[in-house]
Amino acid sequence: MLRIKNINTYYGKVHALKNVSIHVNVGEIVALIGANGAGKTTVLNSISGITPPREGEAIFKGVNILGLPTDQIVKMGISQIPEGRQIFAPLTVSTNLELGAYHRYSRKNKSSLKKDIEDVFSFFPILRERRNQIAGTLSGGEQQMLAIGRALMSKPSLLLLDEPSMGLAPMISKDIFRMISRLKDELKTTILIVEQNAKAALQLADRGYVIETGKIIMEESSKGLLNNKEVQRAYLGKEKKEIWE
Amino acid sequence: MPLYSQIIQYVLSGITIGSVYAIIALGFNIIYNSTSIINFAQGEFVMLGGLTMIFFTVMLKFPLVIGFPLTVLVLTLIGIIMERFTISPIKKPTVVTLIIVTIAVSILFKGVAMLVWGKDTHFLPPFSGEKGIAFMGASLNPQYIWVVGITVVVVVLLSIFFKYTIIGKAMTACAVNRTAASLMGINVKRMVLLSFALSAAIGGIAGIIIAPITLMAYDNGAMLGLKGFGAAVLGGLGNFYGAIFAGLLLGVMESLGAGLIHSGYKDAIALLVLLLVLFIKPSGIFGVTEVSGFKKF
Repeated sequence: MLRIKNINTYYGKVHALKNVSIHVNVGEIVALIGANGAGKTTVLNSISGITPPREGEAIFKGVNILGLPTDQIVKMGISQIPEGRQIFAPLTVSTNLELGAYHRYSRKNKSSLKKDIEDVFSFFPILRERRNQIAGTLSGGEQQMLAIGRALMSKPSLLLLDEPSMGLAPMISKDIFRMISRLKDELKTTILIVEQNAKAALQLADRGYVIETGKIIMEESSKGLLNNKEVQRAYLGKEKKEIWE
Repeated sequence: MPLYSQIIQYVLSGITIGSVYAIIALGFNIIYNSTSIINFAQGEFVMLGGLTMIFFTVMLKFPLVIGFPLTVLVLTLIGIIMERFTISPIKKPTVVTLIIVTIAVSILFKGVAMLVWGKDTHFLPPFSGEKGIAFMGASLNPQYIWVVGITVVVVVLLSIFFKYTIIGKAMTACAVNRTAASLMGINVKRMVLLSFALSAAIGGIAGIIIAPITLMAYDNGAMLGLKGFGAAVLGGLGNFYGAIFAGLLLGVMESLGAGLIHSGYKDAIALLVLLLVLFIKPSGIFGVTEVSGFKKF
């Protein structure tokens, strides 16, 4: 579905992504794990056009999307749930959802949009209770659900999920991961997920990539990565050597 | 005239001029929200609105009902042209560059207006006669009712636009978070264009309704823009209802000050208020400190 090849992205003079190549197949959940500052978010932002890469190729459904503006990439079916949720805090929950379907909006399909909002509400019942509430007053977990629901409103064929567990209590982030796996089971959504909580992400995903200082250093099935000694030591917190002084 | 009817008189004219400041302030806010820049050509929109209306209704003798929408249309086009040719082509926009561009455009507008309309002050007849209506011992100019009425209509229409239409909501979304807005498939650049069109249109309306009271000349834009800017800052930049309240407050203070102290201080009062706000509470009466800082373009 999506194949990016040898992407190079810069922030000013900083070379943030070096020849990154990854692909996502239809129906798959792919996890991208790595340390802080390794370039995980930059990969997603490069795909969605927020930080357009300087070189490379990004083929989505047979079309090169590299260099297209973000709003057009969204229209083609890629929806990103940005880091830190980025909901429209002063607007209500239902307005946030409506805006998620902005590019599908027209007078004719108003009723189908209403139905889509209902679908999101039945997926996240708590949002129905909060529908007329100002989004900024929601709890962190609810805001994350709203961000996911808002992205679903655009009927994406590929969902880019950036750090869904960021800033959430462990219990809440467990809930969120459960919902993401429900997305896969019930809605058959294709997902590329970036996560610091490598274990949770890999348990969810079919396949994973490991990124380190802007380079992809490993690609394997999730199981393989979970059992990989190097990954276990660096990202899963196992086998750490105790140091006595 | 007893003092109390004098005061009523001043308050009435203050509310009238304040309504105009409020509309101008709303124009500043619309562009500020979508781009984080202060459009210093906002006052010129007002001047161009007044003079274009005079061109249509006095020189071409069109009736008001045709001249009014036509003027608003012309101003909308001017706003679009301004954005397309001066704001949007800039390769690496920063807040400061863009603000300087708007200053340049305002000088350009003033120059063009001087060439087209000359240096004379032009007169636009009041919409419905000049016979004052007696009101609590004061005399109410019928144009005042027009000004306040049209302001109310503009405010109501704008609120409906921002609250209930998808484009209005999208514009608000851009103001809140540009990146997230573009991730919704919103074309942020188009929203910027729209904000210029909208600001120019309502600036034009302000010019049309004020011209019968203050008359209009090519160089009136700067002062009107400055007062409107004062109102926008006083209400908290970007704050819709704050701008309306602050505009009215500024108008009434100016009018009372001019009437009770000295009419020469009319402009000084507004500018003094602007300075005081900037010294004491730069975020404005209703502003949050967070919003008062420049947003990243």
